[in-house]
Amino acid sequence: MNDIDTKNSIIRLFNVSKRYKGKFALENISLDIEQGEFIFISGPSGAGKSTLLKVLYLAEKVSEGQILIDGMNLARISSARLPFLRRRFGMVFQDFKLIPTRTVFENVALVLEAAGEKPSFIRKKVMQVLRTTGMEKKAKYYPPTLSGGEQQRVAVARAVVGDPSIILADEPTGSLDTKSAQAILDFLMEYNKRGATVLVASHNLHLLESSVRGRNIEIKNGRIERTAKML
Amino acid sequence: MAHFVKKAFSDIRSNRFLNLITIITIALSILVVSIFLLFFENSSRIIESWNQGGRAMVYLVDNFTLDMLPELKTRMKALGDIDEMVYISKEEAFDKLKNEMSSQTTFLKNLKENPLPDALEIRMKSYNSFDEIQQFAEKIKALEMVDDVEYGQGWLGKFLNIFNLFKITGYAMCSMFFLIALFITSNTVRLAFYSRKLEVEIMRLVGASESFIKAPFYVAGLFQGFFGGLLGLLVLLATYLMISSGISQNLASYIYIDIRFLSVKMILLIIMASTFLGWFGCYLSLKQILK
Repeated sequence: MNDIDTKNSIIRLFNVSKRYKGKFALENISLDIEQGEFIFISGPSGAGKSTLLKVLYLAEKVSEGQILIDGMNLARISSARLPFLRRRFGMVFQDFKLIPTRTVFENVALVLEAAGEKPSFIRKKVMQVLRTTGMEKKAKYYPPTLSGGEQQRVAVARAVVGDPSIILADEPTGSLDTKSAQAILDFLMEYNKRGATVLVASHNLHLLESSVRGRNIEIKNGRIERTAKML
Repeated sequence: MAHFVKKAFSDIRSNRFLNLITIITIALSILVVSIFLLFFENSSRIIESWNQGGRAMVYLVDNFTLDMLPELKTRMKALGDIDEMVYISKEEAFDKLKNEMSSQTTFLKNLKENPLPDALEIRMKSYNSFDEIQQFAEKIKALEMVDDVEYGQGWLGKFLNIFNLFKITGYAMCSMFFLIALFITSNTVRLAFYSRKLEVEIMRLVGASESFIKAPFYVAGLFQGFFGGLLGLLVLLATYLMISSGISQNLASYIYIDIRFLSVKMILLIIMASTFLGWFGCYLSLKQILK
């Protein structure tokens, strides 16, 4: 499979396949991801990168195989337990997925509200994260009034505010200019340094080159084509 | 909880028109139901007063003598819960009649014999319906010392039949309006849910539980139901005050009509029912959407 010691694995995939109408989106994927790793999932459009992330946070169920997240078998997770699984993840999407009728502060605070945190803690934590991502002054703004880069920074803030152990980013820089894209990547790498496992799915090769450490998993036609360590 | 209330109010603010329509629909339904209840409460009270609170007059046979009275009283008491039992002899009744019809005394004086029977005026301790009095009266009538029992069975019985028909129509109308209000409420929730589909999807992605997602909808439903009920009752109160003051000004000199507003118990019951309506509409809608 690979040469990584599976003792510290936070994500494990065993012969995972996902089929849509009989056609493989993922085919026989086996993978171990260590805690604190930075994983770059690359490949052309339609290769199965997004599907791979989706099966991890159970937006899609696998057709075959097993997935373990921090020892939890996803096949056995009930719908009542699903929110608890999702709270382990921080998620960033290409289309940001921010609620347009809520302010920047409220969008980020949502994660902590859903987890049942106290309002005083939420206020403190959200402002701290917004400060880190440089969005503190725009806390009262609504997402549609922000640029793409700013919206993605809010999305990153929302992804990290709950201190998740895993951050999943699906084409996080897809709709951003180079400068904004690099800033987002830098944020993700920063959180990776703090101990979070980060999985970034992107077809942006330039982004890949600028990544200084981690592992690149190249996917093609739903299969792992190549795995390489990046220096 | 404060978060859900805040969220529900902000949703109501952003969907003002839709929520206003729902509150007005609930208010109208509650108004119709309350009008019927007001009518029934007052009618029941008026009928009760006509029946003098479970009173009946037991007319005794011609050959009745006073020494038979203790036995009669014992047998009647054994038949039911009698609160009061007053014996009125034929002489007393005749004197009373003469006093009441002072202008006709010549006619009464010319009568060769007293045509009135001995009687017992009775009042039941507790009774729930006219039927109960009727059944009790039948049992008394079956006693050999009793000639007849009068408890307003003629015109009052006929009136009660019409009243009961009215009651059935009222129930049907109330049920229909309840269903309409339920339909509108559940549709409002459905529209609100679809307008927030993206928000719900994002909430799920960030780990919100289903109860966290649903709670603001339920709070909004309870709010709509509560305020809809309150509005309906306020309209009814305003209408009642206008009508009752009009009646007292124009009709008071001709007839005595004591129309009272709904009892506190009934008002609380209506508010609770309308609040439940809001919640139930929400429950039905979410159950269908989220299944």
